[in-house]
Amino acid sequence: MPFVSPTSQKNAYDVIVVGSGAAGGQSAYTLCMDGAKVLMLEAGRKYSPESETPMFQTPDMAPLTGVGTPQKPFGFYDATVDGGWEVPGEPYVRASEEDAGRFDWWRARMLGGRTNHWGRISLRNGPYDFKPRSRDGLGFDWPISYHDLAPYYDKVELLIGVYGSNEGLENTPDSAPGCLLPPPAPLVSDLLVAQRAKRLGIPVIPAHRAVLTRPQDFRRAPARLHPDNAVAQATLAEAMRSRAPCLWATPCGRGCAMRANYQSPTVHLPPALASGNLDITTDAMVYEVTLGRDGRANGVSFVDRTSGKHQHVSARVVVLAASACESVRILLNSKSASFPDGLANSSGKLGRYLMDTVGSTVRGQIPLLEGLPPLNEDAADGYQLYVPWWLYKQQLAGKLGFARGYHIEFGGGRRMPDYSTAAGIQWLTGGSYGVRFKQEVRRHYGSFVFFDGRGEMIPNDRSYCEIDPSVKDRWGIPVLRFHWQWSEHELRQAAHMQMTFADIIASMGGRTRGVVQTDGAKAIAPGGSTIHEVGGAIMGSNRETSVTNEWCQTWDVPNLFITDGAVFASNADKNPTLTIMALAWRAADHILARMRRREL
Amino acid sequence: MDRRTSIKWVLAAGAAWPLFGRSAARADATPAAVGYGTDPDLVKVYRPGELWPLTLTATQRVLAGVLADIIIPADDHSPSASSVGAVDFIDEWVSAPYPTSQRDRPIVLGGLDWLDAEAGRRFGERFAGLDPTQQTGICDDICDESRATAPRREAARFFARFRDLTAGGFYSTPVGRADLGYIGNVPLTQFTGPPPELLEKLNLP
Repeated sequence: MPFVSPTSQKNAYDVIVVGSGAAGGQSAYTLCMDGAKVLMLEAGRKYSPESETPMFQTPDMAPLTGVGTPQKPFGFYDATVDGGWEVPGEPYVRASEEDAGRFDWWRARMLGGRTNHWGRISLRNGPYDFKPRSRDGLGFDWPISYHDLAPYYDKVELLIGVYGSNEGLENTPDSAPGCLLPPPAPLVSDLLVAQRAKRLGIPVIPAHRAVLTRPQDFRRAPARLHPDNAVAQATLAEAMRSRAPCLWATPCGRGCAMRANYQSPTVHLPPALASGNLDITTDAMVYEVTLGRDGRANGVSFVDRTSGKHQHVSARVVVLAASACESVRILLNSKSASFPDGLANSSGKLGRYLMDTVGSTVRGQIPLLEGLPPLNEDAADGYQLYVPWWLYKQQLAGKLGFARGYHIEFGGGRRMPDYSTAAGIQWLTGGSYGVRFKQEVRRHYGSFVFFDGRGEMIPNDRSYCEIDPSVKDRWGIPVLRFHWQWSEHELRQAAHMQMTFADIIASMGGRTRGVVQTDGAKAIAPGGSTIHEVGGAIMGSNRETSVTNEWCQTWDVPNLFITDGAVFASNADKNPTLTIMALAWRAADHILARMRRREL
Repeated sequence: MDRRTSIKWVLAAGAAWPLFGRSAARADATPAAVGYGTDPDLVKVYRPGELWPLTLTATQRVLAGVLADIIIPADDHSPSASSVGAVDFIDEWVSAPYPTSQRDRPIVLGGLDWLDAEAGRRFGERFAGLDPTQQTGICDDICDESRATAPRREAARFFARFRDLTAGGFYSTPVGRADLGYIGNVPLTQFTGPPPELLEKLNLP
């Protein structure tokens, strides 16, 4: 019985995994496929993408045509349950009332967490990204190098299915042969961006996204991923066979009932459950890791959200994968005589060095794209191409005024019309109404492009979280208080994004919508709003200055691991999810090896 | 604004979420007592009025329909906005317990009142009863927010919002999608990208 209630949990699990998203899904998958008995605890409810995904629903079927509201911030059909910037009954606190100190915390309370709605952009960190301090003297080096993680990037890409291409560009790694699926064909607007950006010296290459552009190679991939494990191979082959490739319609952010894109409940959890080694308890809100007299973690305490009862469950190993801030919160709330400031916090670094991605957007309208014939441009839901960071040499030479890079995610095309299609179009059509208005909307439809910058934030002492002394959530669990501050590096980078995007739009003969912000403080999106928050329990090679070692193992408690974004020692411009999964796989391999040696 | 609807509105709004996007020391997570909640059924089809009561009066709905059809009339591509439910959508929108709706409701209701008052001042008649030339005479004064002068600035703000809502309702429907030539949202076995002759015409590689 894979989904178990708190009362039917077994007594002897090898590993408890807290969380079921990218980190929890990958941790449990790797452990279960190699025979470990795992109990996964998920704070949210059970969720079934196969039956709950609104695949072909149109805006007219949704309340308010599906526009975002505080209860569904990314739109009615977004695959987020009981989540968003605010979760009912689960507040958090901002230490500052100033906009500059603002941090927003996105959560989801559902099986699979945020993997159900994410953008599926799956970029590898490059060699520079693991040794940033050695390169420019800022932030921290990771205790591992790119080459330590490269085999795990290969494995994750092969397992979940990622499209993309190998371009051999600086700090933009190639994958091993056969790992990537072919990228989708670009749209008209993509090709125009590529043509004009290249004239500005800006490279445009296929994006990497976790979407199946063709069926997975279920005959060969399982043997490559699980050599010498025939059972795991058979289990994975069956799971891969049951995933359909992309049907070139419906937004990925709704999730995919066909299992054509990666979300933990459709990719990681089915084979892990099929192995017979995974039990999952949903509605289990973990608030504490408990410590035994031997100095080892002896289990976790959680609130059963359905009954309100407090429960304890034990295992040989505890893996926290609850998301960077939630894992930090659990540890900060796990106080004992030996750890009065929170478990595994002898360094005092727990909660420190919280990072997000620098975000900034410019939109434009391109007359060259007006009046195109009807085309189906649903494609793989956008992001066919992207721009990797390209100014490494100028940056290292100190010519840019900021130390780290960004990549550009862009898009356009004849998307499914909705509320946003004509909203605010008066910036182009002035006061028109009547038949002329209809003509103008028709002419402009499909001629819009957007550019989102995604940049690296350098960890700093003023961006961190701690436990608020008074506020508790509906379960009585003390909540996080966030402190946030960007440095000049991020602000200047955001201003650079704005000017670059305006240049690209101008090179396409287009008009930018709204003001191009050259003031970084106005250009930058608030902390947390890109939902790439990482750090808080960074890994390092020194127990005085970091929370975990290179294996995601806490320095203080040998059988306690953190496999989510909390361990990131830097936050490269590359979206963090693929790296979270690669780190989780590597940590799980390490846990398995040590369990076999009876060290855990 | 109609006093009764405004009172109903204030009662509904009192239980709503705090304004999203505000700068606050505490991200308060008070559960919304209204709205569709944070875990609605996503595969069900919803109709205006199903989740929260619609609040426009019969007179307001008639006037909203007249104005919606001035903004999006029938033409040789597609029928008018009101014929595909735009008034129901606008009513749903201004009646909804969310911050954007709370902001828009007084703008829309106030604007509808202004239209009738202006029609009365200029022609001694309600707006719906005017002939088309008289109606466009009023609309021409307020249709361009960037050029509206002080006494009509509020009315111009209303017209811009109302045009957005009308278009939002219209282009969200099957009729609106067909009007724009949208041919997606159908499963395909492969995606081949744009036809080569189009790329050639646009001088794209």
